[in-house]
Amino acid sequence: MGERVLIAEDLYLLRDGLVHLLQAHGFSVVAAVESGPDLLTGLVELRPDVSIVDVRLPPTFTDEGLQAALEARRRVPGLPILVLSQHVEQLYARELLADGSGAIGYLLKDRVLNAGQFVDAVRRVAAGGTAMDPEVIAKLLASNARHEPLAALTPRERQVLEAMAEGRSNAAIAQRLYLSESAVAKHTASIFAKLDLAPSEDDNRRVLAVLAYLNSR
Amino acid sequence: MAALLGTALVQVGILLFAVPAVILTFTLGLVFLYPPAVRLVRGTAEEARGRVGAWSGIRIASPYLPEPAPPQPMTDGLYRYERTLYKSPRVPAWNARWKWLTTDPATWRDLLWLLLDPPVKLALLPVLLVAPAKGLRVYGQWCALLLSATRTSVLRGQLTHLHRSRSIAADSQAAEMRRIERDLHDGTQARLIAIGMTLGAAEELMDSDPAAAKTLMSKARDTSAETLTELRRLIRGIHPPVLAERGLADAVRALAMDTALRVEVEVDLPHRPEPPVEAAVYFAVSELLANAARHGDARSAGVDISSDGPSLRITVTDDGLGGADPAKGSGLRGIERRLAAFDGVMAIDSPPGGPTTVMMVLPKVLPEHWAGTLPRLPRWKAVVVALCWSLAWCPTFPQGVVAAVFKTFEIPEKSWFLALYAPEPFQWPAILLMLALGLGMYATAIAIPAKHNRDRWLAEAPRRLGLG
Repeated sequence: MGERVLIAEDLYLLRDGLVHLLQAHGFSVVAAVESGPDLLTGLVELRPDVSIVDVRLPPTFTDEGLQAALEARRRVPGLPILVLSQHVEQLYARELLADGSGAIGYLLKDRVLNAGQFVDAVRRVAAGGTAMDPEVIAKLLASNARHEPLAALTPRERQVLEAMAEGRSNAAIAQRLYLSESAVAKHTASIFAKLDLAPSEDDNRRVLAVLAYLNSR
Repeated sequence: MAALLGTALVQVGILLFAVPAVILTFTLGLVFLYPPAVRLVRGTAEEARGRVGAWSGIRIASPYLPEPAPPQPMTDGLYRYERTLYKSPRVPAWNARWKWLTTDPATWRDLLWLLLDPPVKLALLPVLLVAPAKGLRVYGQWCALLLSATRTSVLRGQLTHLHRSRSIAADSQAAEMRRIERDLHDGTQARLIAIGMTLGAAEELMDSDPAAAKTLMSKARDTSAETLTELRRLIRGIHPPVLAERGLADAVRALAMDTALRVEVEVDLPHRPEPPVEAAVYFAVSELLANAARHGDARSAGVDISSDGPSLRITVTDDGLGGADPAKGSGLRGIERRLAAFDGVMAIDSPPGGPTTVMMVLPKVLPEHWAGTLPRLPRWKAVVVALCWSLAWCPTFPQGVVAAVFKTFEIPEKSWFLALYAPEPFQWPAILLMLALGLGMYATAIAIPAKHNRDRWLAEAPRRLGLG
């Protein structure tokens, strides 16, 4: 069997849809919970390989899911969690990224519509990578737009940076931007030089460096 | 002294005009004399209020009802006053003013004051000569008696104010509803129809041309994603999700992150305000930050939200170009309207060239006990309650109940039961007195805090019932 998944979602249709979708892609669903307290117990006791968590859950219908995710990661550092929401907020993204340990995702619920990309994101998080919604990245970049190093990037480098911040590997970036992998590698090296970050061969570590950079502003 | 007597002479002069004018108005119908007469009397009274305040320190607020608003033409261009329509605004305006001047009790109280004031001054003359300070105070009290606002006029003033702020709130809510309806109708609904049609077409093509059907289906999916994006924007405009999830402080922080400005956010509130207040403050701050970035060309801004007793105080500053003026921008007007629903006020300091400081105060929107301003039980009352609780047993039980038992069963023992030492005919009254004293002390100990809590509850009630 594939990775063990926990799903926390209060809307029955969506929860059921996610279970089917993930099972069809070879995941084994160990639990599907619908409230904040159940989620926290599940996360800490089952330690799933990856969890898919809705921000807004019963009983308070506020940010119950997010709080449970943050608390679980405090207790079990690096527990892979993919947070889903109807809206994305820089504030939440920054909180999720604050511990800098990776294995985290934050996507709009709309992304579930594109099953291939969504499953890809789940796998990435399970493997210790990150999956950030393009909208979050756009917001992070927009609030950094006026600062010197980012303003100095070329448009192409900016595109590469966006894709990288979303958590994509060099190969995936090359495919998306119709570039060769070596060209992507050249752009990343240039970005890292301009942002004054230490270069790294490891995809995950590179993404974390970029996110930490954006988050520090 | 001379001024006082001088004004008395002026008052007599005014009386010689005003009294005949009012009499002529109501006997011969010379109505044109009435408004100037009232105006003159009010002028004199206002002047006296100011003078009394300066001389004796007794502050007298103006009791007058607010002036009626000028008549507004209806859609057909006619003006309405009660059940009659007029072509020009002149007659309705006159009618409204007439009603305003005659029904205001302050008009008649002023006139009465003016009639009686010169004799009162003369009567007070000896006191004023002997002890000027005391005389002035007595004179001030006399003026306050007739010139200050009556309970009715205060209530009427509040009523008018509530009326106005309610209609502003209702109007802005209606406008908001229309906007949401339009957005849903033109955006979401239209897109859902498009998705349905695309899917229908795909269904028909499924067998004959699977490739085309597939293209159509992916198009439908794209449209549904667009619909979601649009819906999200709409929801943000109605009630931002962060506000619902995290409350004002984090919502404003999230707002600050999303603007291109560098924003310092300082929120110092012990608890979350009520949701409608939070929303009003959020949208006000949002609008101000957007203005600073859009028109003011600001680079950094500051938001400070704090409580001041039961009032909420919000200050937004930016280093932009300044020159913000509510008369020019509809955005600032919108904020004023939103705040008006909570009796909130906004002060703008925005000299050309900046910086801009906008200060908003929402009075009495926070539960008072947060701020610790809620009157605690005064010390002497607390002492009385404590004494009653600790001593009431003594008269009630040993001196009352037990003594009564001894007396009933004629037990010769007197022990320390005071009543039994009294001469025979006074023993029962003394026992009953002890019982009454003890029970009275218990009642007092319960009643004082209960009354205090009731006052406190009444003070909070309007907001609890959603009226504040």
